[in-house]
Amino acid sequence: MQQTALAPPHDAYDEHGTATGVTNAKLGMWIFLSSEFLLFGSFISAYLLYKGRSTSGVTPSQVYDIPFTSTTSFILLMSSLTMVLSLAAIQRGDHRRFRIWLLATALFGLTFIGGQVYEFTNFYREHHLSLHSSIFGSTFFVLTGLHGAHVTAGIIWLLSLFGLSTQGRLAAGDSEKVEIAGLYWHFVDVIWIVIFTVIYLVPK
Amino acid sequence: MTTVSDAVTTVPVRRIDIFRRPKATTGFWSWLTTVDHKKIGIMYAVTALVFLCLGGIEALLIRAQLAQPNGTVLTANQYNTMFTMHGTTMVFLMGMPLAVAFGNYLVPLMIGARDVAFPRLNCFGYWVFLFGGIFIYSSFLLGGAPNGGWFGYTPLTSAPMSAGYLPGHGPDFWAVGIVMLGIGSVTSAVNFIVTVLNMRAPGMTLLRMPVFVWMMLVTAFLTAFAMPLVTAALTMVFFDRNFGTNFFNASAGGDPLLYQHLFWLFGHPEVYILILPGMGVVSEILPVFSRKPLFGYAVVVFSGIAIGFLGWGVWAHHMFTTGLGPVAISAFGISTMLIAIPTGVKIFNWLGTIWGGSVRLTTAMLFALGFIAMFTIGGLSGVLHAVVPSDTQQHDTYFVIAHFHYVLFGGLVFALFGGMFYWFPKLYGRYMNEKLGKLTFWTVLVGFNLTFFPMHLVGLQGMPRRTYTYPKNMGWDIYNQIESVGAFIIALGVLMLIVNLWVSRKHGVPAGDDPWDARTLEWSTSSPPPEYNFAEIPVVHGRDDWWHHKYTEDDEGRLVRLPRGGADDDPVPAESADAAGTTVATAPSGPLEPAAEHAQGHGVHMPDPSYWPFVMCLGIPLMGYAAVFQNVWFVPFGLVLILFGLFGWAQEPATE
Repeated sequence: MQQTALAPPHDAYDEHGTATGVTNAKLGMWIFLSSEFLLFGSFISAYLLYKGRSTSGVTPSQVYDIPFTSTTSFILLMSSLTMVLSLAAIQRGDHRRFRIWLLATALFGLTFIGGQVYEFTNFYREHHLSLHSSIFGSTFFVLTGLHGAHVTAGIIWLLSLFGLSTQGRLAAGDSEKVEIAGLYWHFVDVIWIVIFTVIYLVPK
Repeated sequence: MTTVSDAVTTVPVRRIDIFRRPKATTGFWSWLTTVDHKKIGIMYAVTALVFLCLGGIEALLIRAQLAQPNGTVLTANQYNTMFTMHGTTMVFLMGMPLAVAFGNYLVPLMIGARDVAFPRLNCFGYWVFLFGGIFIYSSFLLGGAPNGGWFGYTPLTSAPMSAGYLPGHGPDFWAVGIVMLGIGSVTSAVNFIVTVLNMRAPGMTLLRMPVFVWMMLVTAFLTAFAMPLVTAALTMVFFDRNFGTNFFNASAGGDPLLYQHLFWLFGHPEVYILILPGMGVVSEILPVFSRKPLFGYAVVVFSGIAIGFLGWGVWAHHMFTTGLGPVAISAFGISTMLIAIPTGVKIFNWLGTIWGGSVRLTTAMLFALGFIAMFTIGGLSGVLHAVVPSDTQQHDTYFVIAHFHYVLFGGLVFALFGGMFYWFPKLYGRYMNEKLGKLTFWTVLVGFNLTFFPMHLVGLQGMPRRTYTYPKNMGWDIYNQIESVGAFIIALGVLMLIVNLWVSRKHGVPAGDDPWDARTLEWSTSSPPPEYNFAEIPVVHGRDDWWHHKYTEDDEGRLVRLPRGGADDDPVPAESADAAGTTVATAPSGPLEPAAEHAQGHGVHMPDPSYWPFVMCLGIPLMGYAAVFQNVWFVPFGLVLILFGLFGWAQEPATE
């Protein structure tokens, strides 16, 4: 549902500007993200409600590798920093640094996804935890999987911007396109802070 | 990307376009590619009316089955399918889109904008809605229609297909289809919010907006925040049913009640998503036909906002019989009673608007008055449901059906039918037939009360809902016969409305630009409005701005029509232009009148039509079929169409 941000950032026919002073595309993205919070909120509520209610299979403390997941989480959080740096670069018109930081953001995101793939595989192979093995498996995989899908969509978005930029079709005046992708990216990070805390850090 | 010289190719190859940018302004392709909010509004309305007929036919089959004890018109399973599809259709495919149709057409006109904030997203929302509706209805041909109720309670709907509770793909079609419709609703909600907040004409402050715009704004916020909840709930249902997850599987530690919480946390705001636009429409109709400003404008607006907030805290009154415990049910009982306060305030404001006005009983006004009466009855039976012991008695009986049909049919549908008669002249420059209209009103009113009032009585006597038949000697026969006759009378009324809409388009009495002598900005432009709505963006000086361009008051407070030209130093006596709305009040050329050089809209850049939202939406039902049938062969086709549409869309400027 990224099309929200792909709609025209400015309305050529509206020479008066907007009534709130926030551009349409940015306001639209904010509202879309607030809607997304409720989607994640539902799955997080389900996870919390079902915490410790598995009737069979492994328990969370048996499978979690906290140092490993903390590392990949840290890398994801650092990608927000590189996202900010890339936005600052394109606003200055520094396209070379913009592309470097943008690519770094996407690579950090990919590292996180790689970590998640490893983690999922490990849980499934070593601990026989799956979607249907227990209520823990159901809630864990659906919630983290939903987040992973959002990160993946974000990576594709960032790489598309990278592609546009290498073709010279992302001018400094288009920095709002980057800013909106950045809003989405920061949202994905912020929601991970909540999920990571709820799933990995809060004890039973 | 590839640059090919224009000389060697007939198709201009720019970006990745394989299509020439559509330019048609009439005919099939113009409708397929339009981004004009008015055309999209009409498409929403036509599609919603088709679904109204389908949902109506399902209701008639239900009533035919129940006309007599031990009815044999439908089998039990067919009956389940009918009440499931009737509810799903009327909520998601008729009620919401018909309100969106009014919003789409009117909101930009009412706030003095040329289009919505995201024209292509607007058309995307429509196509998702259309394809989502077709997707759900295609289930009739593809392995069984949904039969688990529009609420789809677990574990009935979530038990694996192998468990044999609901064989066939019905619940899968239902869950995936509603998630699809949710995508459409959220995009249109985002669009409404940004449009209303950002695109207002100069001087159109929030508290100068017409109440209808306010109610669409509140509705849009409710939609944006409620749809993700049902999306999550239905995702869990779909995963439970198809991938063996345990969300609602009690034997593995899951809790079926979680579904009810998530569903009604969506479902109760959904009720206000349906009724608030109706309240907005009525708040526009009553002042015009009473020739008075809306009584207590700010209170009506803030009551609407209060309903929007309180609507989030009452969901568990749908679950009083599930054993939530005395504290929870008391709290939800009280919050449910609280919501009656802003609603009651609104009803008194509407009565205050009519009070002392010079009332014109046009069809639109009749429907608005019918709304107040019917909605009040529905609201009162709603308060009974807030009283927990009383609700426990009425739960799952026909009393509940009577209640919510009085609010949603007597409320939303009456308001929207009235709105059709009120705004039709704006769409086509012609009146709908008033004689047939009044006959329609009385037919629908009588049919409606015959159908739904007896349901209060059989409900109190304990007749259960969602049950395909009932035995003799329960004392319910006569009531059910009356209800079934009433249902067919409603159908007759709806048929008259559709004939009226169809015929009046071409053959109605010409109406002029401002036939009702109305108050809001949409009547200041021509009928039908030009593509760009306003040649010059109006500057707004107050509430009901258009009215104050036409009228002023003399020293004794009498209404005086301003002379053409708009100067208020030489008032002439008001024309008695109120003879049942038949006088064509020509617009005085006040300050709103465009300067001559702008009159043809030269130099106004409107967004161009686009194929891409349609292309993208073609892929979405394919992904839906892939999910329902667990068939990966649909995925590449769906994914290619979606990505192709998305990239085409992203690379195409809004205006060329």
